[in-house]
Amino acid sequence: MSVRTLEVDGRTITAMADQTIFSAAWDNGIRIPRLCHLGGLPDAAACRLCLVEIEGQKRLQSACTTKVAEDMVVRTDTPALQAHRKLIIELLFAERNHVCSVCVVNGACELQTLAAELGVDHIRMKPQYPKLPVDVSHHRFGIDHNRCILCTRCVRVCDSVEGAHTWDVAGRGRNSLIISDLGEPWGESASCTSCGKCVQVCPTGALFSKGKTVAEMRKDRSFLQYIVTAREKRLWIAERKPR
Amino acid sequence: MSRRIVIEPVTRLEGHAKITVQLDDAGQVRSARFHVTEFRGFEKICEGRPFHEMPGLMSRICGICPVSHVLASSKAGDMLLGVEIPPAATKQRRLVNYAQVLQSHALSFFHLSSPDLLLGMDSPPEKRNIFGLMEQDREFLRSGIRLRQFGQQIIELVGGKRIHPGWSGPGGVHERFTTRQRDEIVKWIPESIESIGIALDRLKSVLDSFREEVAHMGNFPSLFLATVNEEGGLEYYDGVIRITDGSGNTIAEALDPHRFYTYLGEASESYSFMKFPFYQPFGYPQGHYRVGPLARLNVAKFAGTYHADREMREFKQRGEGAVCQSFHFHLARLIEMLHCTERIEELMEDPELFEEAIQAKASLNRREGVGSCEAPRGTLFHRYWVDKDGLMTKADLLIATAQNNQAMNLSVEQTARRFLDAEPDQGMLNRLEAAIRCYDPCLSCSTHALGRMPLVVDVTGPAGEPVRQIRRET
Ligand code: SF4
Ligand code: SF4
Ligand code: FES
Repeated sequence: MSVRTLEVDGRTITAMADQTIFSAAWDNGIRIPRLCHLGGLPDAAACRLCLVEIEGQKRLQSACTTKVAEDMVVRTDTPALQAHRKLIIELLFAERNHVCSVCVVNGACELQTLAAELGVDHIRMKPQYPKLPVDVSHHRFGIDHNRCILCTRCVRVCDSVEGAHTWDVAGRGRNSLIISDLGEPWGESASCTSCGKCVQVCPTGALFSKGKTVAEMRKDRSFLQYIVTAREKRLWIAERKPR
Repeated sequence: MSRRIVIEPVTRLEGHAKITVQLDDAGQVRSARFHVTEFRGFEKICEGRPFHEMPGLMSRICGICPVSHVLASSKAGDMLLGVEIPPAATKQRRLVNYAQVLQSHALSFFHLSSPDLLLGMDSPPEKRNIFGLMEQDREFLRSGIRLRQFGQQIIELVGGKRIHPGWSGPGGVHERFTTRQRDEIVKWIPESIESIGIALDRLKSVLDSFREEVAHMGNFPSLFLATVNEEGGLEYYDGVIRITDGSGNTIAEALDPHRFYTYLGEASESYSFMKFPFYQPFGYPQGHYRVGPLARLNVAKFAGTYHADREMREFKQRGEGAVCQSFHFHLARLIEMLHCTERIEELMEDPELFEEAIQAKASLNRREGVGSCEAPRGTLFHRYWVDKDGLMTKADLLIATAQNNQAMNLSVEQTARRFLDAEPDQGMLNRLEAAIRCYDPCLSCSTHALGRMPLVVDVTGPAGEPVRQIRRET
């Protein structure tokens, strides 16, 4: 595959033609903030945190879905972008109910970590305090919509890695809600295989293992790398060597 | 002319409260009340949350004794699961509970009360605090600070974080206890026992100069309630409830803490957000009872550890059947610290504490669970109801300080009667505060209230018109 040369934050880097700006930057040690992107999952560009400036383009582009191009000049960390990102995080906090001090992932939450990194120490808009359900009908896991940021990682991992497509998004805008099957309680879902992949990829405390108390839930995503590598290398297809 | 004197808030308490003293036309105390004016409504916050989250959530009620809430909550969770937890988990919880009592009592005695006790109630307010004491007796205070540190160190070693530990939950605890942790802990023990011994001697030596306070700052018969073990000895984690009266008679024995609501009731008064719990068979207000250090030493027949038993025998001599003076909460606290340190030492040599099994695995098996333990300030009960999936539908907490509510009011009234002369002077105000401080009320937890303001004394006339106001800035 052909190679592209581009400039990111003043550095000249090379990338494969089909790489996204996000992954090309990542390969070169440039970390662009993100919440919905997760290596190994198809991208949805749902969170808009990875927005970058591309010279010659008026609109900001999501780095996780924009392919690199020859001689592209990209800026990932301008004051304007920082301000945008801060605003996004604040909106996420204001939209639902995040009480970190009593949250199962406190201390290991991607939203919380990012907020700290971006210097979000208060939110400027009025919190919405929506009354959202907690579904703990599943025998092993629970989903607390109060902490969901609608990144759809769970939807994507369930669909593209597990192949069950238990999760999807219902409603629009601020009424959007992650649902299992056609809106049945998770515990009654016919498609869920109870594999737990969604729980592990969820960036927040929205999806959790039952039995976890405050700050106890830690997410383990090693399976994802394993599966994706195995798929790329076609490892599960046993080679039949002639004896 | 009838006046009302309002003191607000009581300084050096965890929380926000005020006192009013109602005088009659002759200038005599008609009544005195201890108001708790804020309400945080923790029970409401719990609704709709998975019960597994409760220990972590409950630990946020109070920054002073989070461990007790974690324990009561974990135990209520154990009951919801319907399990008996492995011995190592029980012992680890016991260990941390002893540490909690130790550090909380150290705070109460050394940091909050010893300025009154060692510098005298009438010493100038700008000196009568921990800094004044620091000037006078650096070593003594330092030993107290270290005792608190010792307790906190254990909590931190086991629970990970100094305050708000989430180490324990329904079914057990989450990490094994290691010999490395033990080695850290044992180092502290000889010094701690010695420091507590010195503090005990100091307190006993000054008690004579507080004869008036001992006799008039909360000296009345009442019921006492505490957890005891099967033999009737001191117990803080798991046992049965025993109730005795002001003469030491047994009123009730071997009550099941899980069914506390069948024998304990709660009354309300318009002047306080805090409930007034009482022993149901005696009715309200006759059935009011005291809990906490004084109650535990009165209710328990023995301590079960060497040094504490010696002190306890001596302690029991101070009353006839029961020690009824709330002033002796202080003494009781020190004896408990001794006992806890001795128990910690015993646990360090207990092989079961180090065992591998620390979690009982089970899913929800019951719809209602109760957990109780002895918190530093007294018996603590958590009662939870959950739906079929384990979401909390209701929580009911009966907290130590609330159970001392009636007694605190009686103490305040008695103190006002005795010490209020024609004009309220600083000494009287100090004694009113000190009367409450005997109970070490953690008001943020008993009413779930927070807040602190400078001290204000309002004197009002018969029609409520302000006569004068005395301010003491904190
Ligand atoms: S999900 Fe993250 S941001 Fe939200 S409450 Fe939990 S720790 Fe805080
Ligand atoms: S449940 Fe978690 S993974 Fe799914 S959309 Fe919400 S935040 Fe993302
Ligand atoms: S990471 Fe690119 S939009 Fe979320």
